[in-house]
Amino acid sequence: MSKHPILRTPAGQLQRAAIRDAFVKLDPRRLKSNPVMFATAVTALLTTVLGLRDLVSGTGGAGATLHISAWLWIAVLFANYAEALAEGRGRARADSLRATKADTMVRLLAEANTPPEEATMVASSGLREGQYVLVTAGDIIPTDAEVVHGVASVDESAITGESAPVIRESGGDRSSVTGGTRIVSDSLVLRVTAEPGKSFLDRMIALVEGAERQRTPNEIALNILLAGLTLIFLFVVVTLEPFASFSGAQIPVVALAALFVTLIPTTIGALLSAIGIAGMDRLVRANVIAKSGRAVEAAGDVDTLLLDKTGTITFGNRMADDLFPAPGVTREALAVAAGLASLADETPEGKSVTEKAREILGRGLPEAPGAEAVPFTAQTRLSGVDLPDGRRLRKGAVDAIMRLTGQSLPAALAHSVETIARSGGTPLLVAEDRAILGVIHLKDIIKPGVRERFADLRAMGIRTVMITGDNPLTAAAIAAEAGVDDFLAEATPEMKLDYIRKAQAGGRLVAMCGDGSNDAPALAQADVGVAMNSGTPAAKEAANLIDLDSDPTKLIEVVMVGKGLLISRGSLTTFSIANDVAKYFAILPAIFVTAYPGLSVLNVMQLASPTSAILSAVIFNALIIVALIPLALRGVKYAPSSAAALLRRNLLVYGAGGLIVPFLGIKAVDMALAALNLA
Amino acid sequence: MTDLLGYMLWFAVLIGLAVPAAVWMNRVYAGVPAFARTERTILRMAGIDGSRGMGWAEYAIAVLILNAVGFFLLYAILRLQGVLPQNPDGIVGMSPDLAFNTAISFITNTNWQAYSGEAQLSYFSQMAGLTVQNFLSAATGMAVGVAVIRGFTEPKGATLGNFWTDMIRSVLWILLPMSVLLALFLALQGVPQTLLGAIQATGVEGQEQIIARGPAAAQIAIKQLGTNGGGFFGVNSAHPFENPTIASDLAQTWAILLIPVAFCFLFGIMAKDRRQGVAIFASMAVMFVIGLATIHLYETWGNPLLGSGANMEGKEQRFGAMLSSLWAASTTAASNGSVNAMHDSFMPLSGLVMMVFMQIGEVIFGGVGAGLYGMLLYVVLAVFLAGLMVGRTPEYLGRKIEAREVTLAMLAFLSMPLGILVFAALAVTVPAATAAIQDAGPHGLSEALYAYSSATGNNGSAFAGWGAALPWHTTAIGLVMLLGRYAIILPMLAIAGSLIRKQPAPESAGTFPTHGPLFVTLLVLTVVILGALTFFPVLALGPIAEETARLAGQTF
Repeated sequence: MSKHPILRTPAGQLQRAAIRDAFVKLDPRRLKSNPVMFATAVTALLTTVLGLRDLVSGTGGAGATLHISAWLWIAVLFANYAEALAEGRGRARADSLRATKADTMVRLLAEANTPPEEATMVASSGLREGQYVLVTAGDIIPTDAEVVHGVASVDESAITGESAPVIRESGGDRSSVTGGTRIVSDSLVLRVTAEPGKSFLDRMIALVEGAERQRTPNEIALNILLAGLTLIFLFVVVTLEPFASFSGAQIPVVALAALFVTLIPTTIGALLSAIGIAGMDRLVRANVIAKSGRAVEAAGDVDTLLLDKTGTITFGNRMADDLFPAPGVTREALAVAAGLASLADETPEGKSVTEKAREILGRGLPEAPGAEAVPFTAQTRLSGVDLPDGRRLRKGAVDAIMRLTGQSLPAALAHSVETIARSGGTPLLVAEDRAILGVIHLKDIIKPGVRERFADLRAMGIRTVMITGDNPLTAAAIAAEAGVDDFLAEATPEMKLDYIRKAQAGGRLVAMCGDGSNDAPALAQADVGVAMNSGTPAAKEAANLIDLDSDPTKLIEVVMVGKGLLISRGSLTTFSIANDVAKYFAILPAIFVTAYPGLSVLNVMQLASPTSAILSAVIFNALIIVALIPLALRGVKYAPSSAAALLRRNLLVYGAGGLIVPFLGIKAVDMALAALNLA
Repeated sequence: MTDLLGYMLWFAVLIGLAVPAAVWMNRVYAGVPAFARTERTILRMAGIDGSRGMGWAEYAIAVLILNAVGFFLLYAILRLQGVLPQNPDGIVGMSPDLAFNTAISFITNTNWQAYSGEAQLSYFSQMAGLTVQNFLSAATGMAVGVAVIRGFTEPKGATLGNFWTDMIRSVLWILLPMSVLLALFLALQGVPQTLLGAIQATGVEGQEQIIARGPAAAQIAIKQLGTNGGGFFGVNSAHPFENPTIASDLAQTWAILLIPVAFCFLFGIMAKDRRQGVAIFASMAVMFVIGLATIHLYETWGNPLLGSGANMEGKEQRFGAMLSSLWAASTTAASNGSVNAMHDSFMPLSGLVMMVFMQIGEVIFGGVGAGLYGMLLYVVLAVFLAGLMVGRTPEYLGRKIEAREVTLAMLAFLSMPLGILVFAALAVTVPAATAAIQDAGPHGLSEALYAYSSATGNNGSAFAGWGAALPWHTTAIGLVMLLGRYAIILPMLAIAGSLIRKQPAPESAGTFPTHGPLFVTLLVLTVVILGALTFFPVLALGPIAEETARLAGQTF
């Protein structure tokens, strides 16, 4: 899906780097942030020491002990490997970004209007916020800035991957430029808006590298739960020794160590950070930059989406849908007049009228050489042509045409006009001199697939709200056609802000996207605010996500990524905890059977010997981590559906699966061990 | 078949009583206008403004103050009973360690009996000491239960209520009227209620005997309704004066479970979504029925090694295997602890069921109020674990379960393995403690394990053979009773205090459903995997090893 010109790191190289990092990450200072894997590493160290001691002193059982410790170490390494692999994918992206961030010399201006001749050359890395620089065609824009003077086209492909250059100019919503992009024509005077090392590119590099990765709230909570469970299982295992010795059973420390490591939730503990990093990576590949991990998670929680009508729900241009002639006028005559009146109209609306006319006529429009175009002005609010034969064809707003012709509408036409307006369309009248010929129905065309998408969102419990500047009547009609749950007509920035506040007071989490400076308060108020990269610095500052493609439909994708992240975590946690049942049944009979031979009834898997039972559980425990790495990186499959359906499905797959799989897995490992004569 | 029918009828009556009780409790805790004056007058005498809502910390401090005062008062009474009035049998003051143990036992609603009532307690101690605490400890549990429910269900920014008011209301309008009715019924069945001393009697074979009696009916009524369980007599409800007839037996089993079951429904009523209460009730009921069935089957099959027929060792002939099984399941599920048969003599796996009921933290109906807030602890964990699977931050009744709630829940959750595993491990290791163990092998381990499970779960029942009176155990058990009570009350109140500050999200198709069979399955599995399985290793060495040995023809 990535359209980035990233140099794809070969998979083999990525894996080799991850394997190397897996060992580097054994550093206790790095391990201690993950309580479960830290506990595993400490246990592995303990059993290794015991095994070596037995080896030196020549006590029996050293081989089995070292074999178990080896697998405990492998579990830790697998966890490190998963994390390193997830990080590696981001790092490749960061390297390609860093390449665009070469230090160059730039022309520094003392003031915004300092003439270019007085510019001084300075290194781009030393630019401070508020300084002015001059960039001309061919320059790399040194850092994030706002255009103060000039208009230029800028190639932003390094950031967005979009190859077509975009226009950047002072004032308005297209005034911000991003460091690392290249100016392809003209020149601009820029005011720097980012301190050194704090530019968008710097943030993006840090983010994809995972260097600045903060744990998200759910991840923190999950880590606490996992640490608590680890502590509980420590109680279980440590107290088992006195209980066993009271019962006359001697349990070797290595067996207790094995029981401890298999009971603590190593599967999720090992994959937790990989899931988080991979989730952020998915966003990056969707060309969305998250300013915090919290926002990604919040995106999963969102239950109200504020969507701009234009560009998200509709194509943004009204199109001619139909023509209704006045009494006594043929549809063809109207089509000819409307088509000719629109010939000189280059707007999408105008083009759609000529197209509709051709469609009705079934042939081309009659030639009209020497016709004189009458352009649209805000005063007349109509446009058309003056034909050489003296006929004047006009089309325009209802009141404008009525004023021009001085005629009132025939009843039939008035009815059509009202019907069109009520359906959310825009009626345009067509006149020839003083005669009204008919009405054109212009309407917003809903993008294909939007309705279905909203139905999916509704099934997931997400309300969609359409934001539009249209009047309530038009808005209602489009809202009904697009299938949104609510709409905000004649929306002003204040109304958006108000709507968000009200929804939040009712316990809803709101996401919206915006680009203008006047969207900034609402973006800041929303739980998830996505700013278009083409937007103003104010909007980008207020938002917590930035969409590099400036595509308003991206909001929906962000929600999906957020949900996928949480689902992956929950599913693997459930799986990990359900795994414990089988591990009890593998290890307990093995360690108790000498004291109470009757307890062999608990050996439901019929494992070959106590040693192989313990070893099988430990090996399964390590292998399941590596088996689930692809799932952790890819994320659990997620099809939009209701929470009840999702819960049912995931509980069945990961809950029931987590109960059953280890029974089969441990038995399989045991059979393999027996076949290989390893235990 | 008739047994099954009997159980179903019994269960139907229980639900039939609990639902109206829940409706009544909801009205009482919301405040009945006609009672307001009485409540205000009583609280004003103590200088308390009962109308002011409390935050969780204030509520918790009030709980601790009442219980601390109760502890010192009861300790003093027990130590000084020899010189206090109402002591017709001339019983002397209790030893310090036993008084410590007993006082804690009664303020924590455990009613662990390291003493024998008729031999070591004066009537004054029974009435002014124990019975008072029977009411207060039960009311404490109920008040905390209601406060926690408020935290989960009241709108954002509301308070957890006023502890003193909740307390007074629990005693005056719920426990007291029910106790009076039950006490009258029991007296009618032949349970003594007198302040006269023991009777000197000559038996049919001419032997002299002393028959203890006293104000029993009143104390028994509250011991059952308040899930206290501390009997008037040493052998508790197996004693013919505590539980003379089948009718008194049935009435007491209903009384044990009535308020705990009603709390489930009360939760649903207060949440304004009865399905939520039904789901919690169903989760508890599923586990209860499985446990009861296990006990019933093992007891009626009996032990072929000891002859054919049901296992009748330690059981009263008038109750038989069925009523003894029902009682055993009810009393261990509900954190009650009274017994009508000796649990020590039950079949090994029956003992296992009883221990598991206590080890999971007394959440299958559990103590009054305590069972519900204990189960809500599991709900928080279950919702957090599985809730992520629907792609949203886990939420329960619209409120998000976040790091703070998870931390507190884990803290509370740690108290069970700490109290049971660590202290039972000490009990089988430290020489000063091991002397208590009566039997060899796995049954001996079970005795110690049962004692600490019972104490941490605030249940109070015991395997009879075990010597609970050793100073080591009176002290250690005193400590774990405190742990099992307050290390859960405080975090649960804090969770309630944290949740009530959150704006509940409206329910939608994206909401994790917390009712219906799927949630019940999830909750039961959470209790079994996180709660019960933690104890699986030690249970394997105790009752399971004993059972496998029994099947191989060996008894302990």
